[in-house]
Amino acid sequence: MTNNNIPLPDEMGRFGIYGGLFAPETLMPAVKELAFEYEKAKNDPSFHKELDFYFREYVGRPTLLYFAKELTQFLGGAKIYLKREDLAHTGSHKINNTIGQALLTKRMKKTRVIAETGAGQHGVATATASALFKLKCEVYMGEEDTRRQSLNVFRMQLLGSKVIPVSSGSRTLKDAINEAMRDWIANVKDTNYIFGTVAGPHPFPMMVRDFQSIIGQETRRQILEKEGRLPDYLIACVGGGSNSMGLFYPFFEDKNVKFIGVEAGGLGVDTDKHSATIGKGTIGVLHGAKTYLLQTLEGQITETHSISAGLDYPGVGPEHCYYKDSGRAQYLSATDEECLEAFQKLSELEGIIPALESSHAVVQAIKLAPTLPKDTIIIVNLSGRGDKDVQQVAEILNKR
Amino acid sequence: MKNIQKAFNKAKEENRSALITYICAGDPDMNTTKKLVLELVKNGADIIELGVPFSDPIADGPTIQRAAQRALKNNTNLNSILELVKELKKIISVPIILMGYYNPFLKAGLKEFSKKAVANGVDGIIIPDLPPEEAEDWIAAAHSAELDTIFLLAPTSNEDRILKVAKICRGFVYYVSILGVTGARNELPEGISGKISNIKKHTQLPVGVGFGISSPQQVKQIVSTGADGIIVGSAIISIIEKNLEQPDLVNNVGKFIAELRTGLSR
Repeated sequence: MTNNNIPLPDEMGRFGIYGGLFAPETLMPAVKELAFEYEKAKNDPSFHKELDFYFREYVGRPTLLYFAKELTQFLGGAKIYLKREDLAHTGSHKINNTIGQALLTKRMKKTRVIAETGAGQHGVATATASALFKLKCEVYMGEEDTRRQSLNVFRMQLLGSKVIPVSSGSRTLKDAINEAMRDWIANVKDTNYIFGTVAGPHPFPMMVRDFQSIIGQETRRQILEKEGRLPDYLIACVGGGSNSMGLFYPFFEDKNVKFIGVEAGGLGVDTDKHSATIGKGTIGVLHGAKTYLLQTLEGQITETHSISAGLDYPGVGPEHCYYKDSGRAQYLSATDEECLEAFQKLSELEGIIPALESSHAVVQAIKLAPTLPKDTIIIVNLSGRGDKDVQQVAEILNKR
Repeated sequence: MKNIQKAFNKAKEENRSALITYICAGDPDMNTTKKLVLELVKNGADIIELGVPFSDPIADGPTIQRAAQRALKNNTNLNSILELVKELKKIISVPIILMGYYNPFLKAGLKEFSKKAVANGVDGIIIPDLPPEEAEDWIAAAHSAELDTIFLLAPTSNEDRILKVAKICRGFVYYVSILGVTGARNELPEGISGKISNIKKHTQLPVGVGFGISSPQQVKQIVSTGADGIIVGSAIISIIEKNLEQPDLVNNVGKFIAELRTGLSR
């Protein structure tokens, strides 16, 4: 499951200067226990066997690596492949991580799980794993997001989970995380926090990356089968950064494979309505880790904006910050408007409706492919399907 | 002897626990905060804790979250809080502690902030989201400026963690009485006295107990556990909140403190 030749994070959970474990004292024993139990599970072949079983039989892995012939021809440049995480059970890559963490929760003999969710994809994936493994599940979701993603709220309820709308702060993902942390502090004895992205205190950035690495491992094998060589570019959207890290990480040592992370540019990165944390942020500490943040000069976290609830977050995974500083990955952004265009383009050309989150990655592929020779290979992580976004997009387009 | 230690010693000589009161700086505005601090001291607070408002206070319940929101709306920041402390220290000598999340301190620059805080009369700092494991830079900066670093212990903290905190804590040890975030509770858990005596095996420092304490009866209950200090926050903020824009705001807080004070003797 993991690529052991990369010694990051260190035992303090640090990726260079980023990451770490900035948690209230009440949680410290719990996060340390989680790190310890995860380490044990990681070294236990029976855990991997179980995980592989559910990945194959329940999630539907491996997901396809699809050559987007129509899109490629339309753009007239590099070959574009799509890693079809939208075909995974529940419609996004989030299930990879929740199955892993739910199995770990069972091993730890905890009976209740909590989760935060933005777009609702992680919430649905956690609710699904909880239904499967008979865990009591409560999902925190910003009030604003419950409105934007009402379909996913109902899905979670249908799966037997309770959805708790969060009305504090900006009423989005950041505030849902705050509220989930508060719940964890109060219920740490029987509750495990299934965190949805590669951010948060150690061990979450490492553990979520490891569970999501299945994306990159499959992609590597599949592109070698199809093309007999590694790709030139990997492109994925970055909110907290779990689908991109899952794709990038197994290629870390392949220095000729370029990584491009695409952040949410909102109304433009020079306005105050975007979520381009790496592009526009400064270093700080939030939600348990040192990372880039969108914040004021006085260290208050600012409210973010994106058309896609799943990218609407003022922080980002610490490993991405490390990739950015070391130059291993390049981070760009796509605006709401560009994202909408890509959403429609991919639907028309390939018959694949991408999630608004994933559409950000598609934007970059559309920009980049025509500038490259035809034998260049781009792989885009299509991290989720767009069914959940159809109503929102219809509302926006009908207003025009 | 440093100010915080002096305050605990004085309470001990009077055969009682020390009363530590928390309000959020800038809630509802700086001028009222100044009046409130003077009123708290007048009615018997031994140590003043001023909250530094933060946008994402994960260890706080709704009451303190709302206080922080009100304070941030007034553009309360570390600089304006340090100015307030400077003003207050011209009038009163009780120790003043700032309690706030790590990011604003980090952003201000740990060394620079520590020096400035001491120059303005701040006696100690509590950072609830900074565990000992991540506190190396902070401790170096604060200790070289002679600023007391107060760390927290919780019901979940084991022997190993108590030792860790005992080593780096200055001023007093903050024991979190409950599993949960800040906020008044009807009932406080059992077993606090055992935990306090366990902490005291490892440190000479006084132990202050906070989170959930809201009535003179609860103050009495916690005093009986052997706590050297009782920390009350959300209950005071609730009174502020109920009296926003009322002329009696400061008076009503004063009355409440006088009541709490009756529960302090051993």
